[in-house]
Amino acid sequence: MNLTVRYFASLREALGDQQQLTGVPGPITVAGLRRHLAAGTPAHAEALREGRAVRCAINQVMAADDAMVPDGAEVAFFPPVTGG
Amino acid sequence: MGTPRVRIQTAPFDLGAEVRALHEADLGVGAVTSFVGTVRDRNGVVPVGQGGPIQRMELEHYPGMTEAAIEGMIDEAYKRFDIRAARVIHRVGPLEPGDSIVLVAVASAHRGESFKACEFLMDYLKTQAPFWKKEHTPQGAQWVDARVSDDQALARWGIRVDNASGPAPSQGPV
Repeated sequence: MNLTVRYFASLREALGDQQQLTGVPGPITVAGLRRHLAAGTPAHAEALREGRAVRCAINQVMAADDAMVPDGAEVAFFPPVTGG
Repeated sequence: MGTPRVRIQTAPFDLGAEVRALHEADLGVGAVTSFVGTVRDRNGVVPVGQGGPIQRMELEHYPGMTEAAIEGMIDEAYKRFDIRAARVIHRVGPLEPGDSIVLVAVASAHRGESFKACEFLMDYLKTQAPFWKKEHTPQGAQWVDARVSDDQALARWGIRVDNASGPAPSQGPV
């Protein structure tokens, strides 16, 4: 699968704005994609490690850890939101 | 209908103009409730004596998703409450203590519905709209932590979220 991964807030500072992924083994869940990304670099391993509060959106809609990621999706990872 | 219901902007907003716009064109409106959130000079979570005064705040958002998420919240407010108009303005970029951050304004025929819808929209926005605050103090900059109490505020409306804590956001009516 090919995916666009975007990061916001503290994750953006640690990992950059976005990554284009190709050849991601599918089908894959949000949690699976997070583990896949965490295996990439030490910075990814730290920013996305289990136990850290990381939220996700698929194609700009909030998604749970067990949601399936469709091919071609824009997947965003970010910390809990703090607007208002 | 020229003005969008949701605006994300760096510029300040004019509360009076926004409230007027909500009722001037609709004489069936008998009540407008507005909420304005402003930047504090201190972090309400950090114990007294820890953490410095906030000199500056930066607000980041997810362009496209933020607007769509709030549009969806307004749609939900229309389903739940008998309201006639709603508007949400959220500022992003650098802000200073005393600056306005967010405006939620709701119009209805009678006050009860607009009071409730305004609080509902604010509770929803706090936990589900993609914004992130970074505080700058003399000790350095840090991202603001989400609060469990905000998740609990939304739970009052029958919507369970785990933004501040928990393994993943699980959204929707309980």
